[in-house]
Amino acid sequence: MEAAHDHNHDHHEPTGIMRYVTTTNHKDIGSMYLWFSFMMFLVGGVMALVIRAELFQPGLQVVEPEFFNQMTTLHGLIMVFGAIMPAFVGFANWQIPMMIGAPDMAFPRMNNWSFWLLPPAGILLMGSLLAPGGAGGVGWTMYAPLTIQQGMGMDMMIFAIHILGMSSIMGSINIITTILNMRAPGMTMMKMPLFVWTWLITAYLLVASMPVLAGAVTMTLTDRHFGTHFFNAAGGGDPVLYQHIFWFFGHPEVYIIAIPAFGVISEVIPTFSRKPLFGYASMVYATGSIAILSFLVWAHHMYTVGMPVEAQLYYMFATMLIAIPTGVKVFNWVATMWKGSMSFETPMLFAQGFLFLFTIGGFTGIVLAVTPIDIQLHDTYYVVAHFHYVMVAGALFAAFAGVYYWLPKWIGKMYDERLGKIHFWLSLTFFNVTFFVQHFLGLAGMPRRIPDYALQFADWNMVSSIGAFGFGLSQVFFLYVLLKAIRSGEKAPEMPWEGATTLEWTHLPTPAPYHSFETPPDLRS
Amino acid sequence: MSSQSGGYYLPEPSHWPIIGSIGLFLMAFGAVLTINTVSGGGYVLLAGALVMVYMLFGWFGTVIRESESGKYNKQVDLSFRWSMGWFIFSEVMFFGAFFGALFYMRVLSIPWLAEGDTGSLLWSGFSAAWPTAGPGVASKFTPMGAWGLPAINTALLLTSGVTLTIAHWALLKGQRTKLNVFMFLTIALGVTFLALQAEEYMHAYTELDLTLESGAYGATFYMLTGFHGFHVTIGTIMLIVIWLRGIRGHFKPETHFGFEGVAWYWHFVDVVWLGLFILVYWL
Repeated sequence: MEAAHDHNHDHHEPTGIMRYVTTTNHKDIGSMYLWFSFMMFLVGGVMALVIRAELFQPGLQVVEPEFFNQMTTLHGLIMVFGAIMPAFVGFANWQIPMMIGAPDMAFPRMNNWSFWLLPPAGILLMGSLLAPGGAGGVGWTMYAPLTIQQGMGMDMMIFAIHILGMSSIMGSINIITTILNMRAPGMTMMKMPLFVWTWLITAYLLVASMPVLAGAVTMTLTDRHFGTHFFNAAGGGDPVLYQHIFWFFGHPEVYIIAIPAFGVISEVIPTFSRKPLFGYASMVYATGSIAILSFLVWAHHMYTVGMPVEAQLYYMFATMLIAIPTGVKVFNWVATMWKGSMSFETPMLFAQGFLFLFTIGGFTGIVLAVTPIDIQLHDTYYVVAHFHYVMVAGALFAAFAGVYYWLPKWIGKMYDERLGKIHFWLSLTFFNVTFFVQHFLGLAGMPRRIPDYALQFADWNMVSSIGAFGFGLSQVFFLYVLLKAIRSGEKAPEMPWEGATTLEWTHLPTPAPYHSFETPPDLRS
Repeated sequence: MSSQSGGYYLPEPSHWPIIGSIGLFLMAFGAVLTINTVSGGGYVLLAGALVMVYMLFGWFGTVIRESESGKYNKQVDLSFRWSMGWFIFSEVMFFGAFFGALFYMRVLSIPWLAEGDTGSLLWSGFSAAWPTAGPGVASKFTPMGAWGLPAINTALLLTSGVTLTIAHWALLKGQRTKLNVFMFLTIALGVTFLALQAEEYMHAYTELDLTLESGAYGATFYMLTGFHGFHVTIGTIMLIVIWLRGIRGHFKPETHFGFEGVAWYWHFVDVVWLGLFILVYWL
């Protein structure tokens, strides 16, 4: 009684900006994550357009090569660490407590800190452009020895990575603890929505891999300023050592981005097929297998460094093994739709787009896993096309599907279905115009991260640049769709999707109240 | 579990996180300026560190007050246990990166430098014997032996693990004086360890010519032992906090996760040291 009184009246909640600065509410924090990631998405998108503008025609027209390098670097870092990852943490914050019947995250204050570490890191990353010599022009992978030769901007990026890592580790520990310890009675592990499962596994990947990245950039820092020789052969080190440590983090990172996307898709497809997810248990085990395999395949990013042929064979076959659990997932999604009563609202459209295009990205991944082919295609636009199919058509489309799917629950208003569908078709079309042609460029041998190219690549580059600007404008249109829904959307019905079965739809009103599940629902029986 | 869930403590809005973010930003920015020898950078770094200390005092103070006033139930206690375990796991992975670098250099990259065209053309005469500063660094250092200070330090840390466990048993049995005495002993052992580590570094720099710039050996030696020493320092500070809380009468035989979390951390630091002693000093 005392506690309840305390909660409602004693402390007036801060209002205005201070509400968001000091909040301990998972929904406020989730919204901040989502808006932050969308802002960063636009910033990183503008950087992509700088790149595509320069590549519109052969020759150097728009920017200096040094600045071009800084753009490719920051575009990658911002999209990975600033846009995609925070977007899915935003989903985790909003959805996990509601989906498992918890009152909030396990550590609400630490949750706040996880978010509020992002702006300082973002300032350091963006501010590095203003440092003498500009930002590091090293690529998002930050390979030595190039990183050793950069200016002050590189140090700002290193510390930004440290802060982002702290944020991710704290956020992940919070998510793991919430899932393991805050489930409502009767919500057993194997009854959890698949989105929750995917985040449990993702958070494990983050806790295991982010400290390794911290180690890698710390070695870079000491090599730069304190005279160590980790990445210098003269001292017995090796630049390739950096690549090993980085990709030990970097490959799990790919799944850190992809697995929550799988989770969103695994919620959306059953709802709009009006059927339970096919093969729930196999989905859980497949996701776990992907997580374990992700730590065992890192050197497939490094086939060209001159590793022993035995190692190449191992990494090739181990990488191909990942196709099995991934295939299980795609099969299950398709089987979920089989004989389902399907409807194609915007979330489902994005889920279909995900399914087609992510699968293409998966197939090009198998192509690249083959060592002799990869040696040919390494550092070409084929690789760029491959990972944008996974990151954009995979992760980003899943994020769009999730936003459209849960927006009614979050704000209690519907988006405009017609505009949502237009957003989907624009995104789908321009995505393929931008990236499908990059497969051709890569197969023809166009190297990535170079501001100029040989004349035979001119036509497809022009097509790709037109697609990129179209895709960028489509996302400004998405902002309009969002704002229209928030300002003047129709009131959402209690259950906008008739096929939804998770707790946030069945046990909470629409929009979800500020404090959900102050007493946990009893799900036993 | 059901009876507990309803009473899960949810804190009020808090200003500590944003203060921590400001502190960390100042520290990071100050560190960037300092290592690039921009004047004034040191002050920014110091200011950031002070803000961080203020935040840590305030935030942990809040948590301790909440804990002592009985706001945390069993479920909150379990949350702390999970989170501390995963935090220590993340620390293991951090050290893993540096142990991995040591392994890679000793077993792979240094032998490669002495064989094939590299060995015959680029750096002929380089033998891949460990310890080495590498083929291109003119450093005539003496490696750190295992059986002097490091062996004593091993004994100190292992003993501190024992005294900490005795203190824990005393806490469980309600023997408060014994708890305080053995906590003090644990802290004393930790501080002695750090003093000997400092002595060892002085010895290495002044007499052995072993510095951070001594190639592969110097880099891995100082980064591994340095980060370990940093963690011992943090662990010692944590032990001091727990000791003072014990003197003030905090902790009950049945609820004392603050104590246990620190003990877990201390044992983790202990285990990392054993890895260091074997792989860095001994072999």
